[in-house]
Amino acid sequence: MNMQTYQQPDVHGYYGRFGGAYIPEMLHPNVEELQSRYLEIMQEPSFQLEFRDLLRDYVGRPTPLYFAKRLSAAYGTNIYLKREDLCHTGAHKINNTIGQILLAQKLGKNRIIAETGAGQHGVATATVCALKGVECIVYMGEKDIERQAPNVARMRMLGAKVVAATSGSKTLKDATNEAIRDWINNPSDTHYIIGSVVGPHPYPDMVARFQSVISEETRWQLKEKTGSELPTHVIACVGGGSNAAGAFYHFLDELSVQLVAVEAAGHGVNSGLSAATTALGKPGVLHGSKSLVMQTEDGQVVEPHSISAGLDYPGIGPLHANLFDSGRGQFLAVTDEDALRAAFDVARTEGIIPALETAHAFSALSQLSLKATDQVVICLSGRGDKDLATYMKQMEMMGI
Amino acid sequence: MSRIQTLFQQKHKRVLNVYCTAGYPELNSTLPVMESLQANRADLIELGMPYSDPLADGPVIQQSSAIALENGMTIARLFEQLEGFRDRITVPVILMGYMNPVLQYGFERFCADAARVGVDGLILPDLPEYEFETEYGAIIRKYGLDFIFLVTPETAEQRVKKLDKLSSGFLYAVSSSSTTGSNKQMNSVQDYLQRLESYQLKNPVLVGFGIKDRESFDAACAHANGAIIGTAYIKALEGAKDVGTATKEFLSTIV
Ligand SMILES: Cc1ncc(COP(=O)(O)O)c(C=O)c1O
Repeated sequence: MNMQTYQQPDVHGYYGRFGGAYIPEMLHPNVEELQSRYLEIMQEPSFQLEFRDLLRDYVGRPTPLYFAKRLSAAYGTNIYLKREDLCHTGAHKINNTIGQILLAQKLGKNRIIAETGAGQHGVATATVCALKGVECIVYMGEKDIERQAPNVARMRMLGAKVVAATSGSKTLKDATNEAIRDWINNPSDTHYIIGSVVGPHPYPDMVARFQSVISEETRWQLKEKTGSELPTHVIACVGGGSNAAGAFYHFLDELSVQLVAVEAAGHGVNSGLSAATTALGKPGVLHGSKSLVMQTEDGQVVEPHSISAGLDYPGIGPLHANLFDSGRGQFLAVTDEDALRAAFDVARTEGIIPALETAHAFSALSQLSLKATDQVVICLSGRGDKDLATYMKQMEMMGI
Repeated sequence: MSRIQTLFQQKHKRVLNVYCTAGYPELNSTLPVMESLQANRADLIELGMPYSDPLADGPVIQQSSAIALENGMTIARLFEQLEGFRDRITVPVILMGYMNPVLQYGFERFCADAARVGVDGLILPDLPEYEFETEYGAIIRKYGLDFIFLVTPETAEQRVKKLDKLSSGFLYAVSSSSTTGSNKQMNSVQDYLQRLESYQLKNPVLVGFGIKDRESFDAACAHANGAIIGTAYIKALEGAKDVGTATKEFLSTIV
């Protein structure tokens, strides 16, 4: 393994033993075109200029790094929140979709497809397609369409066509399969905007680079506030792992910084209803890359469970599989119940209602022994508006 | 010489390869289906190993995979079913499937068991050529199995030649960029197949995807060594009372 960096894969897309591009030949021309052109396009001054302008004026970057005073006091440490919830559309997902829509235009593609689970990535994709006047088709599991109605409505209002994935378990994994099948059937005019650091090379690296703006800003913002660019801990939730990849990126090779990745334990890691991929997964191939995959002994991919649709995925990006494998990252798992509790805690100590996904990252605070001198950054990946129905049910149960 | 190579030495034209899903329609249909394919003039059998996430397949083969999995089909069970099948079946047999279940079974163990029971070749559409060359190709060859790569109308000349070189047995020419069972028009398929012909490839070429009746079979055979039928046959088995009769009826419309 290349010990110099945890940041970048080798030319074949491998992070240690994970990554690659396990795709059928039908996808080869598109994936090959991306592999050979993404770095060059991303480095073009005209691309950089438009990307930076849109992140500033349209997304609202830089997002604040906020010192959470009451939360810090509660845990006896120093906690900074990287406010991705304040991005346009309410989550970090748009950092990636802005980048990919510009890339798609450079490649001359005029039809965009995407998959979505909770609908956040679907909304972020529909948004940038509206911004650029490009056709947008979003695949979403039939079950998720039912449980995420407000985001489905947002996508439709933005002009996207939402197509129900009716195969398999009818959730995110199957929506991703359908998007890939669409791409196979539309080889020339279509770009697939994948929503996380998953998929065949170069997607994991490309999405990580677009999201890396999170840690790029964190470094100088932390320096302004504390005099040091380096925190002791960075904590982020992991579904596929894009907000975590972005929050970790510029700290990956700073070995003094502890990287804490938080997965969804669902009803409990060993309950049979969980999405804790590093705890339960084995090396395998899913959606075009080799990584850790939750699967049966016979190699059939299993349906995970998490209360948060965005973490309800049986795989994890190869960058993270390598952080787990090498020990560079610390992987924790948080149950549905603990995540819900954390969401209410944060709401009441800081006046911020986090997304259910993000609530998992907050809950990890109680699993770490943090010192008064520690500087902890939490990636506040999204806001909780989309999860209000779940939160309302919880309040009913708690008698609020 | 492998069983597949021997077949193509004896027959260069209108070679018929039929795809079926192992464990479909019933768990124990695998062998009866294979026997009836051989009895009704299939020259080769492509046996699909069911997978939960078959990316390159359309709804019909997806559904057959899901049913086979519900029936309890696994790779281990498939090798049990195939134990001794060479007493009854002489046509070449190729296993088709996706990487994940094979990796989970153990790649080398898989190749060893396949060779031991009498399987002749493998099609793993999501095994890329880089990994084939650096890791898996040597294992496949060690057990004397043929490995068949896919090419599509979008595959560039240099790459077709490279994939032909890496393949043995035959080359799988996908008729149009699509998942299996699509109804895409095969208008330009002749140009594409003539182009492949002009490359003077080392392997015979079989055309697959969208071959569903005599007309499409004839069209595919005009400039290739034969064709592969999948979805249309799976449909013919759907709800069939007797796989033997269904197979006979279906194949009589083709050859
Ligand atoms: C707010 C929020 N955080 C996190 C995630 C999980 O995705 P990732 O692991 O790629 O950051 C999602 C996905 O929908 C999300 O909406």
